[in-house]
Amino acid sequence: MMDGNVAERPGGVAEARPAAPEYVDGPIRAFAIATVFWGVVGFLVGVVAASQLAWPQLNLGLEWTSFGRIRPLHTSAVIFAFGGCALFCTTLYVVQRTCRARLFGGEPMGWFLFWGYQLFILLAASGYVLGYTQGREYAEPEWYTDLWLTLVWVIYLVAFVGTVIRREEPHIYVANWFFLAFIITVAMLHLGNNIALPIDLLHAKSYSVPSGVQDAMIQWWYGHNAVGFFLTAGFLGIMYYFIPKQADRPIYSYRLSIVHFWSLVFLYIWAGPHHLHYTALPDWASTLGMVFSIMLWMPSWGGAINGLMTLSGAWDKLRTDPALRFSVAAVGFYAMATFEGPVMSIRAVNSLSHYTDWTIGHVHSGALGWNGFITFGALYWLIPVLWQRRAMWSTRLISWHFWLATLGIVLYITAMWVAGIMQGLMWRAYDANGFLQYSFVEGVAAMHPYYVIRLLGGLLYLGGALLMAFNVWRTIAAAPQPAAAMPAPAAAVAAE
Amino acid sequence: MDGLYALYPLLRTIWIVWFFVLFVGILAWALWPGRRQRLQQLADIPLRDDARPGR
Repeated sequence: MMDGNVAERPGGVAEARPAAPEYVDGPIRAFAIATVFWGVVGFLVGVVAASQLAWPQLNLGLEWTSFGRIRPLHTSAVIFAFGGCALFCTTLYVVQRTCRARLFGGEPMGWFLFWGYQLFILLAASGYVLGYTQGREYAEPEWYTDLWLTLVWVIYLVAFVGTVIRREEPHIYVANWFFLAFIITVAMLHLGNNIALPIDLLHAKSYSVPSGVQDAMIQWWYGHNAVGFFLTAGFLGIMYYFIPKQADRPIYSYRLSIVHFWSLVFLYIWAGPHHLHYTALPDWASTLGMVFSIMLWMPSWGGAINGLMTLSGAWDKLRTDPALRFSVAAVGFYAMATFEGPVMSIRAVNSLSHYTDWTIGHVHSGALGWNGFITFGALYWLIPVLWQRRAMWSTRLISWHFWLATLGIVLYITAMWVAGIMQGLMWRAYDANGFLQYSFVEGVAAMHPYYVIRLLGGLLYLGGALLMAFNVWRTIAAAPQPAAAMPAPAAAVAAE
Repeated sequence: MDGLYALYPLLRTIWIVWFFVLFVGILAWALWPGRRQRLQQLADIPLRDDARPGR
């Protein structure tokens, strides 16, 4: 559209395909491996944190391994290292393919983004372990790490938009809209929530410029939209490209995907105040957040239906292609988590659920079920493509990964539902004389069995991820297949 | 400057109306029956290459 190269563009539907440009794939392969690596690390740290909650002695009595430092290490490792690498990997892959354009900035751009982002991960993680944190949920990295991430992110935006601008395909495919919304909004959130002054230019510690309830509101404007635009919009971009690819059929309704995009973008940004019910935040603000959260039901379910219905007429593929099973189950978890979230944002429900393990269970049905599964599904499709292999080394291992991880999630979230609701009820129970019926520590003691079940769920999920790492390694280590010798697409390689 | 402050409540209200009109406009544009065919064709974009495992 921009370069005036009109004659070579196919008119609408593909008849004459011009030769594809030479895509930048090296850094994307590196991001794919990093996604698997950080996934295993993040899940492992999660298992450590879960063990510490069940058996507190496991903090080893050392400040560096105490729960308060391990927990942000876990959340950042899974969200920003595992999820972030998955997003870099898929955005850079998808934007080139759907625009039929080489990455803006070429190989050096891709490699800068890869190493720049890995440096961000290491700076953030080392800060947590050494005790340098802003203490803001999902925004723990200190000012020096924030500055570095800002640079990497702006260059990411330039690479993405630059590629979109030089596209050969006249229309910008909807996955790229979600990706662009993710990149732009995360940039805005990151800048807005990290306005801080270091106590000294040579000191790692800083303090936030806003204070009090304004600071809290900015933090949850950030926190909820990090969920909305990093973990939702970004991964929806993955859904809108990889499910059609895996099922080999177009998205169920392109019009619904447009409505999905705009309604999500218009509504999500207002939902943050539901994190601050019953605080110093005025009631009107938290009611506003609650109302917008409930309105989010519509786009979330519209999008989930769009993803699931793409399979209509091809449901049999779920039986033979466990990678597709991951992607489809992910959409199911997306629907479930986005149903549960608005329920929990209702003030009356929140009075029971807030500060309890129910919240933890909710977050994990989203993170393990939606973000994890959609990433695994995309990786299992993408890795053979990136390395030019016929299929993953073992379809059977993918199936094992799927069932281990699913069982793990079920154990995890059911344990947390029971634990959370029990905790909430114990905290609010009064005796006949109006005194609190339970001391806090009685609630903690009652949680123990559920914490052990949660740990078991986490171990199963980690075990599945280790199978994936092994499978990916064997796939990459296998000899490349010559193009002529591979007739069958992955779906034809039957499981079992 | 004072004039701007006086205008602020009005602008804030107009902004909400504008967003609402914009959103309804997007819905109408996307769901207009005449556009159905053309928009659905765009769903083929990811499938227009041969990229699949064992390509």
